[in-house]
Amino acid sequence: MRIINHPIIDFEKRKKLHFNFNNKKITAYDTDSIASALHAAGVKVFSHSLHHKRARGFFCGIGKCSSCFMTVDEIPNVRSCITPVQENMDVHQQEIAGTLPKKPFTRLQKKDINMEVVVVGSGPAGMMAALTAVKQGASVLLLDENYRVGGQLIKQSHKFFGSQEEKAGIRGIDIATELQKEITNHKHIEVMLSTSLFGCYQNNSTYELMAIQRHDTNQQLIAIHSKALIFCCGAMENMFAFPNNDLPGVYGAGGVQTLMNVHGVMPGNKVIMIGAGNVGLIVSYQLLQAGVEVDRVVEAMPTIGGYHVHAAKLRRCGVPIQTSHTIKEALGKDKVEGAIIAAVDKCFTPLPGTEEKVTCDTICIAVGLTPSIRLLEQLGVNTEYIPEAGGTVAIHDANMQTSAPGIYVAGDSSGIEEASTAMIEGELAGCSAAAALGYSNHAKEMQQRCKDSLKQLRSGPFGETARRCKDKIACCCEGGMMH
Amino acid sequence: MKKGVAVIECVQEIPCNPCVAICPFQAISMDGINGIPIVDFNKCTGCKQCVSICPGLAIFIIKTKDNKAHITIPYEFLPVPAKGDIVTALDREGKERGEGKVIQILKRGKTSVITIEADKKLAMNIRNIKV
Repeated sequence: MRIINHPIIDFEKRKKLHFNFNNKKITAYDTDSIASALHAAGVKVFSHSLHHKRARGFFCGIGKCSSCFMTVDEIPNVRSCITPVQENMDVHQQEIAGTLPKKPFTRLQKKDINMEVVVVGSGPAGMMAALTAVKQGASVLLLDENYRVGGQLIKQSHKFFGSQEEKAGIRGIDIATELQKEITNHKHIEVMLSTSLFGCYQNNSTYELMAIQRHDTNQQLIAIHSKALIFCCGAMENMFAFPNNDLPGVYGAGGVQTLMNVHGVMPGNKVIMIGAGNVGLIVSYQLLQAGVEVDRVVEAMPTIGGYHVHAAKLRRCGVPIQTSHTIKEALGKDKVEGAIIAAVDKCFTPLPGTEEKVTCDTICIAVGLTPSIRLLEQLGVNTEYIPEAGGTVAIHDANMQTSAPGIYVAGDSSGIEEASTAMIEGELAGCSAAAALGYSNHAKEMQQRCKDSLKQLRSGPFGETARRCKDKIACCCEGGMMH
Repeated sequence: MKKGVAVIECVQEIPCNPCVAICPFQAISMDGINGIPIVDFNKCTGCKQCVSICPGLAIFIIKTKDNKAHITIPYEFLPVPAKGDIVTALDREGKERGEGKVIQILKRGKTSVITIEADKKLAMNIRNIKV
């Protein structure tokens, strides 16, 4: 299940290592997360459900859904999808919640950090926010729960659209490398990885963020004090309901992309893709590039939602795209073995007599994303459910500031859109945050340039959803109501 | 089509214009960043730069010579064929339409730009290959 040769990504430089899973030795590579190493070793069942003991496996691949919890070196509830494998690591499947280790594993002595600007999330929006704020003169702390910077950029092996300014024609993975290098070379950006923020509080005019940084088997409690916070926490893959949707082998499209493009592991041999938006179409093509068979793309709407050029790439490889179709159920005992696909009517109701039984071992879900705003909710900023945003979002002004002074938002967590708009919103938020602290050199011109770029990117027919989303956010910002 | 020209199969208004920027002869025009790219066939020399940069892999060069067509496609799969290889020519639905001989392979980064010689009748059908 390892990808040896890939047309775009070089997997040759990885080093072998070994770890233990349920007391069995497993071979892995230094490019693996625990979850990807297990997957490559043929372990797809990660746990069982509480009452009915149904087999459960991997889903989102980016540390958001908690499907991949394992006990690692005696510490329970470790997100194995964002934990890198290490030599001799001791990993155990845990049933239910796992048990705490007997020996102390947390450095309870809290470490205090004061920082001018804190950026939460190091994806395209976060990296640009950090770089912009630091270039304006502020000192910046960049946090991420994952063990790498780059967010979703590190798995985008396709060339980006947009204009030259937005790095059109350059692969997402190369943009990530470029930005990461810039961040590493900047001495006033401190990067803290494998760090989870769990509490956000306000203390007069300062914000206090509580975090845990995971160092192997020791966890460090940290209190971060800052006056300017930029939340770039991205989004989470949606799931939708169908019988047996909890079987190992039903994976989020982003999770599949992580396995393939970050870890060099094939998610399966034969995939059915649910969703013909850009994510579904792009990931289907990348599956083909990884040597995986894509049986078909299934889309409930009567038309393909993604760009037709992405659909055309798939069609010329012979992959069918079935619009007005849905998955009725997944088949299999402890893992996906097949699916029933059916045609649907205008109300998305399956039409009797149109069922087709298809053999497959992976069902990939690409039915949209939901913004991640839990930390912003803790801070009590104004939020609103906006369908065009993909869910509930924090209301922000034209400079990306939320209803709380000094708190900014950028990227997918301010409305589901693209990497290109995430980068520009990040730049805008970074500029605004730094300016509020007094680092306002050419800030107004920079802010205007960002706003003009965003307007241009959103001006075509594909920008309609984003325009409506941002218009509604602006309306809420001015005291308007959604109901 | 005797000199070879770019055929851009990009028909939606998506925010994207690297083809316009990369053309050394300014043969591609677009109304703003969302416009549909239009090729000026008098200016286009079939140089293949746009084929290699298009993020949608939507640009092809079509050239006709006697009863043959030279079709240039962007290709991002393995294995990459070698010059002289005979490959299967596929149409826009992935259906096999005949054979093609690989006559040139260029590369921009990880994108291979492959030219095959095939039956002239298939010039406006072949858009992919199977190695």
